[in-house]
Amino acid sequence: MTINRRQFVQGATAASALATIPSAAISADSIKLGSVLDTSGIFEIYGKPMEKAHRLAIDEINAGGGLLGRKVEMIPYDTQSNMALYTQYARRLTRRDKVDVVHGGILSASREAIRPTLRKAKTLYFYNTTYEGGVCDRNVFCVGTTPAQQSAILVPEAIERWGKKIYVLAADYNYGQITTNWIKHYAKNAGGNVIQADFFPLNVSDFGSTIAKIQKAKPDMIVAVLVGAAHLSFYRQWSAAGMKKKIPIASTTMSSGNDHRVLTASEGNGVLVCQSYSDKADIPSTKAFLAAWQKKFGNTNDIHEIAASSYDGLHLWAQGVKKAGSLDRMKVIEALESGVSFTGPTGKVTIDGKTHHVTHDMHLIEIQNQQLTILKSIGQIPPSDTQRVCDLEKNPNDTKQYEIKI
Amino acid sequence: MTARQTLTAVIVAAIVMFVLPVFFDVLNLTTFAAYALLALSLGFVWGYGGILCFGQTAFYGLGAYVYAMTAINTGEAWSGVFLAIVIPAAFAAVLGAMMFYGRLSDVYLAVVTLVVSLILFRFMNTTAGEQYIIGKARMGGYNGIPGYPTLHIPGDPEAYIYDENLYYFTFIVLVLCYLLTRWLLGSPFGRILVGLRENEQRIELLGYDVRARKTAAFAFGGALAGLAGCLYANAAEIVTPELFGLGLAAEIIIWVIVGGAGTLIGPMIGAAVLGYLKFVLGLRAIKEIFGKDNPLEAPLVFGTILILFILFLPRGVAPTVQGWLSRAPLGRGGPARGGQRRRTRTERARPNA
Amino acid sequence: MDLAAVVVYEILYTVAFLTLISAGLAIVFGMMRVINLAHGEFVLLGGYAAIVSHNTLGIDIFVSMLIVSPLVVAAFGVIAERLIIRFLYGRLINTMLATWGLSLAMIGGFTLIFGTTTTSIKAPFGGFEVGEFSLSGYNIFIIASAVGVILLIFGVLKFTRAGLIARGAMQDAGVASSFGYDTSKVYMVTFAAGSALTGLAGGVLAPLVGIGPTAGSLYIAKAFITVISGGASVVSGLIASSGFFGFVSQFVTFVTNSVVGEIGLLVAAVILLRLLPTGISGRFFRNRL
Repeated sequence: MTINRRQFVQGATAASALATIPSAAISADSIKLGSVLDTSGIFEIYGKPMEKAHRLAIDEINAGGGLLGRKVEMIPYDTQSNMALYTQYARRLTRRDKVDVVHGGILSASREAIRPTLRKAKTLYFYNTTYEGGVCDRNVFCVGTTPAQQSAILVPEAIERWGKKIYVLAADYNYGQITTNWIKHYAKNAGGNVIQADFFPLNVSDFGSTIAKIQKAKPDMIVAVLVGAAHLSFYRQWSAAGMKKKIPIASTTMSSGNDHRVLTASEGNGVLVCQSYSDKADIPSTKAFLAAWQKKFGNTNDIHEIAASSYDGLHLWAQGVKKAGSLDRMKVIEALESGVSFTGPTGKVTIDGKTHHVTHDMHLIEIQNQQLTILKSIGQIPPSDTQRVCDLEKNPNDTKQYEIKI
Repeated sequence: MTARQTLTAVIVAAIVMFVLPVFFDVLNLTTFAAYALLALSLGFVWGYGGILCFGQTAFYGLGAYVYAMTAINTGEAWSGVFLAIVIPAAFAAVLGAMMFYGRLSDVYLAVVTLVVSLILFRFMNTTAGEQYIIGKARMGGYNGIPGYPTLHIPGDPEAYIYDENLYYFTFIVLVLCYLLTRWLLGSPFGRILVGLRENEQRIELLGYDVRARKTAAFAFGGALAGLAGCLYANAAEIVTPELFGLGLAAEIIIWVIVGGAGTLIGPMIGAAVLGYLKFVLGLRAIKEIFGKDNPLEAPLVFGTILILFILFLPRGVAPTVQGWLSRAPLGRGGPARGGQRRRTRTERARPNA
Repeated sequence: MDLAAVVVYEILYTVAFLTLISAGLAIVFGMMRVINLAHGEFVLLGGYAAIVSHNTLGIDIFVSMLIVSPLVVAAFGVIAERLIIRFLYGRLINTMLATWGLSLAMIGGFTLIFGTTTTSIKAPFGGFEVGEFSLSGYNIFIIASAVGVILLIFGVLKFTRAGLIARGAMQDAGVASSFGYDTSKVYMVTFAAGSALTGLAGGVLAPLVGIGPTAGSLYIAKAFITVISGGASVVSGLIASSGFFGFVSQFVTFVTNSVVGEIGLLVAAVILLRLLPTGISGRFFRNRL
């Protein structure tokens, strides 16, 4: 292990800054960007590449002369996959570090934990992860994909391929619950039917009896909304039970944590997913992104959809600041609301001013030999789920997360 | 405890309370004060009552959840504080009665308390659906409950007590609980409790109802733990099922062992010091110093500390230091039989962390 | 009818699972009155050993699971026994706490060496059919392993000289040592044997469940409850409580869902211990194996 002196000094000053005295190490004229992500613990598989994406984007912004003539400086906190640390670090970022913007949050649980804190402190917040949609809050921009962009394509495609009866397996927290309701909604629109939905806490890893129950219900397909490392056991046990040839699987989450590289090829083959990013996409901006990542980090295998959208989120914010010509929160929000776009790893993304969500290009993908093989691409899909319920132009003081009612 | 000792304790505590924020962040200090109260509760139940409870987190988590849900429903904090003490205490009384009247002891008791905590952990994790709602409060499952009203000046729900003021409030509550526990141990009830720890049969033969006394002690411990949970909920501004988890259950025991079971001050100091150690180990600055292969994984450090203490210092820091100070020969007994009998002036004069 | 067969099959699998993960702990607790709270991490160590041996070193999967895993964990167990546990015999609570420390240290160690990613190996068998249901063939292997483990423990304790000495030394160390047996060695060998069985469990379960540094808590709570509820008799207590909990949790799971099944297991444990405070074998199989 080698530590050079600068690393040590940086580390040590940061340590003392966090532990005791107000931060003096960060120069006064830089723009401060807070980053809160789980870069250790069970969600590090999501968080680590997202943090890399933040670093890459900031390097690019600074290499292009910074923003408003000032450098952007990242103040990162590792929330250790512990939801309670999110509120703690969010308060630290707003009250002591006094950052200009916060990017981060992975699980919906973490977003809901810090959203009220950041709103109270009037600190702009970017949530860059694929999620269940419906957040309507003028202080927040949600850059990830939502069910209207994901399930709305995935579910009808799956029904067309495999049949009408759907069995949903979902993670038991707000993301899984609400996404399941969206799946029911889109299944119904496409003439299908969710015959059963089972919810699993994130630490469940034994799916034996569930697999038997699924066979008893005889669905035409499984839609998996499973999250985290323990839930991966489902795919293993499913494959071990010889079910792979019998009932096909579509998933809203597989591959967003690079799960397809963790599972063996035979366990992952044939799973249908829909997401905005694939390293196989034949898009110049995707290739440029991959090259930049390769140059900075040496290996592009760890990139996943939410790392790509974290990168998008940072650049969108930077464009908003440039357009506003100011760091003032309301001016930046208004500039972003006027419709800022960025062309990056997932193609062109444009902010929808009314909902603070983003228009995405989507790909229908089948997993083959641990690779994301694109079956077809669909351009510029608006976040219509949130658009149905949220209009921040009319109700700028809305702070709700709307949930679909079934 | 005499009036003079109490006065000394209060003065020392006051000095400590005002000195600490000069060196440490108040947000952390508030959390550590809540941890210290939790450690005090187990220090009492285990160190003096001889009841090894592996699931003190059950009452702690319950206190936090009861507080959060009550505060959401009533829109103010104090009813929540009240219920966060009463409900965990009642729960501990029922659970304690079930165990002690069933004559469960040592390892079996440890299993039952741990299992109860795990049941609550599992249950809370499954409550993400819309159907789990009490009054206006969604239980939230894995998400936990954020955004409930925090402590405020009584009668004025808008005048929040936060940051420095919350720290002072938490610290004062901790000192009051410490004094209350001290007083309780000096009372006839406390003396019988300690006798019971030393020799349960003898106390029973003397005609005391052992089971009722153990149950009462357990309930008092539950009340303290519930209050600790409520204070934590105010510091963290979110409650999650992790509060019931195995990880925290382990940590509490380590705090008490390292600090010294059989004292009250030891567990409190143990909680604060180890809580701070964990915080420092979690800092990314520390991680960056060591790069990718950070050898200071918090569990590795904590596990090693626990092993070393059990092997070389089974009575914990506080009793050992006392032993040195009073030049008493070191006994070899387990931690539950620590230095209560040899309580010295030194310890009485050092009331708080 | 097919469904009933499936339910029975799943119950048998769960009983076998509980037996496997508890066997090592039961030996160490039943014979030595030591509770190893690092047991879950011992299981993981077995899993990691099988994964590294098969995936990295390319050793045959059955050799990895059935030989490499037990040997690695037994060796680790001997080290832990010599360095930590032997100083604490007779102090039940202290051994629990020290092994809890060991458990935390091992979690940290795993994270350091393997990272937090969950790893696994591919199951060596495909599925098979019962009527219209497709079942995991690997579960049969798990059930067979559990039966094998029970027979092995019973056989060794009942019919071999080593088993006799071990039982004697456990019952009265003083008498055994006055007959010239080195009790310290007996304890060490017993702990190694318990660790080996635990490693075996980790090895054979690795293809079914992901192995990650913090997964040990899944095993320790269940194994701990199974062993304590079983009581001090190694074989009969283990069979009785695995059978009871396996049935309760799977039955409840089928009627409701897996979470309620888990909670059902825990509630059953509390009720059981309330009614039988020294475990099942403390009441029904006194002084038997």
